Amino acid sequence: MSQAVPAPIDGDVDPMGSREAGPPPKRRMSAGGVLVRAAVLGLCLLWLVPTFGLLVSSFRAEEAVKNTGWWTVFKSPLDFSQWTLASYDSVIFDQGMGNAFLNSIVVTVPATIIPIMIAAFAAYAFTFMRFPGRELLFIIVVGLLVVPLQVAFVPLIQIFGQYNLNGTFLAVWLAHTGFGMPLAIYILRNYMASLPNEIIESAAVDGASHFRTFWSLVVPMSVPALAAYAIFQFLWVWNDLLVALLFLGAGDNEVVTINLRNMIGDLGQEWHLLTAGAFISMIIPLAVFFALQRFFVRGLTAGSVKG
Amino acid sequence: MATVRFDKAQRWYPGADKPAVPGIDLQVEDGEFMVLVGPSGCGKSTTLRMLAGLEEVNSGNIHIGDRDVTSLTPKDRDIAMVFQNYALYPHMSVADNMAFALKMAKMPADERKQRVAEAAKILGLTDFLDRKPRALSGGQRQRVAMGRAIVRNPQVFLMDEPLSNLDAKMRVQTRTDIAKIQRDLGVTTVYVTHDQIEAMTMGDRVAVMNLGVLQQVDTPLNLYDRPINLFVAGFIGSPAMNLLEGEVTADGVRIGDYTVPVSREVLDRATNGIVVGIRPEHWTIAEGDEGLPFEVTVVEELGADAYFYGRSGVEGTPDNLIVRGGGRRSVQKGQTLRAVADPERVHVFDKETGDRLN
Repeated sequence: MSQAVPAPIDGDVDPMGSREAGPPPKRRMSAGGVLVRAAVLGLCLLWLVPTFGLLVSSFRAEEAVKNTGWWTVFKSPLDFSQWTLASYDSVIFDQGMGNAFLNSIVVTVPATIIPIMIAAFAAYAFTFMRFPGRELLFIIVVGLLVVPLQVAFVPLIQIFGQYNLNGTFLAVWLAHTGFGMPLAIYILRNYMASLPNEIIESAAVDGASHFRTFWSLVVPMSVPALAAYAIFQFLWVWNDLLVALLFLGAGDNEVVTINLRNMIGDLGQEWHLLTAGAFISMIIPLAVFFALQRFFVRGLTAGSVKG
Repeated sequence: MATVRFDKAQRWYPGADKPAVPGIDLQVEDGEFMVLVGPSGCGKSTTLRMLAGLEEVNSGNIHIGDRDVTSLTPKDRDIAMVFQNYALYPHMSVADNMAFALKMAKMPADERKQRVAEAAKILGLTDFLDRKPRALSGGQRQRVAMGRAIVRNPQVFLMDEPLSNLDAKMRVQTRTDIAKIQRDLGVTTVYVTHDQIEAMTMGDRVAVMNLGVLQQVDTPLNLYDRPINLFVAGFIGSPAMNLLEGEVTADGVRIGDYTVPVSREVLDRATNGIVVGIRPEHWTIAEGDEGLPFEVTVVEELGADAYFYGRSGVEGTPDNLIVRGGGRRSVQKGQTLRAVADPERVHVFDKETGDRLN
C-alpha cells in the first residue's frame, strides 16, 4: 500500500528531506523471496558449521576432543564440567601465543598505517597536482599490481641483510608497505578522482595550500576509501604467513600465523590445541570486520562506482 | 575594491587545435557588476577561471586594481568565487565553511566569528550556522556559498553560474538577492551565466561572448536597443528577435510582398545582402492588406500580451516568425495575420559580416 507524500508547500525544501517524510511502504515477501532467503540461510549455516565445531572443541578437554565428536556436547550442553579453558591456557602461556598475538599487533598496525599515509599523499598528487609525467607515473604504479610479490623476496632479503634488518619488525613493515602500495594508490586515486573538483578549486581560491587541502578536505572526504583500504590491508597483513616467515621467522618476534603453523609442526600429538590457537588468531579479524563491515562492503566497490 | 582589466588574455588548452579564448580585452570598473553571457562553450567560464587563477593564461595579462595578477596563484589574488555546484565542504558546518578562508588567512578566532555572524545575518543563515551542508535546501546552500565569498571581503567576487542549480522560483528570488547584496557591498563582481535574462536583470554592464570572442560590452538596455551584430541581436531578448533576409530595393528591404522601410544611406553600406532584425514587440498586427502575411502555428496567450508564432512562407524568413500582439484577440491556429514593422525600431545587419548597419 503506497501512501501519497504531501507535496512540499515551500519551494525551499530539501529534496533529501522528502525521503523521510513518510514511512516506506511495506512489501509482502513473495514465495520466491522466501525461498531465496531460506537458501541463503541454509548456506550460511553450512559454512558456519566447521567454525562452530572449532569453537566448541576449543573449550573441551583434550581427552574429550580426541575421543568423541564435538557434536556430542549437545547431549548435555548444560553439563558445565565438560567445558574447560585448559586449551587456551596452554596455548597462550606455554606455546607463546600471547606473545605472538602482541607481535602481530605490533606488525599489523604500522604495516597498515604507513602504506595508507604514503599512498594517500601519492593519490592526492596523482589526482590534484599537475606535473609532467603524471599519467605515465601512474600507469607504472598501476602496472606494478601485476608483479607478484614473490619475485621481490630474494633481492629484499639481500638488501635488508646489508642493513641487518632481517628478523626485525622494521623489515616486515617495509615489505608490507611496498607490497600494498600499488593497490592502495590505485584505490585511493580512483576515489579522490570522484570527489568534486570544484571543492579543491574552491579551497585554492580560499587560500589553502596543497598540504592544508589534503588534511582539511581530501582526507575527511576520503574516509570511506581510506577505511576500506585499511581493512583490506589490516586483514591481509594479519593473516599473512609468507612475508612474516621470511622477514621475521620464528622466535621472539614471531606472529600468530607462524606460531600457529609451528604448533602443527611441533605438536603432532597435541593437535587439540590448534582449535584454541586458531580462535585467538581469528579474534582481531572478526572484530575488525564486524566493527567496520559497512566500509568493507563499500570498499569492494570503491573506485568502480562513483560516489 | 578594484577594477579588473583583461589585456589580450589568451587561454589555449593543451592539445586543442585553437584557443578557447584567443585574447580578450575587457575592463570592469570599480564596484561594477559585470555579467559575461554567451552560449555554452563560448569561453565565458574559461575567462572567469583565468581571472580566478584556476586556468593558466597563455599570453596577455590580467590586472586587478593596479596589480598584475597574471601569474599569481588564486590565493594571492584577493578574490572570492562562487561555484555552480557551490563546492561546499561537506564535512564542515555552515559556520566552518564560511570561516575556512579566514582561517587560512590566519585571522584571530573572535574576529572570524564576528565576520561569519555578520555575513550570516545578511543572508538569513543565522539559524543554520551549526548545520552541515547536506541538511540544507538548495537555496540555503547557495546562500552559504555566497556567504563564503562575502566574509572574505575580497576585491572581486567571481560567480560561475551560481543560480543554475536552483529551481525556477528560487532562481528569480536569489537573482534579486544577489544583485542587492552586490549593490550594498559595492564589490566589483564578474558573473558568468548562459541565461540572458539573468544577464539583463543583474548586470550593470553585460559582455556578450561567442566562440571565445567578446561581441559587445554595454549596458543591458543598449544591448537590447542597439545590438552590434547578428549574434548579439539573436542572443539578447526573449522571445528572440526575428531575423529576416530580404531583397534590397530603392526604399527598403523587400520580404515577399512587404517592404521594410530602410533609408538609402544605410542600404548603401551593405557589402553583400542585408538582414533586418525586428523584435516581436515592434510588429503591429495590421488590419488591412498591408504588411507581411503569416500563417499562425502557435498562439501563446499570456493575458496581457499574446505571442503569435507563424510561417510567412517567404524564403529567407525564419520558420518561426514571432509577433507580439495584444492579448485576447481570439486568434486561431491556421489563421493568416499581417504584421507591420515599426520603421524606427528596425535593426539592419550586413548579411556577409553580420555587423550592424544603422
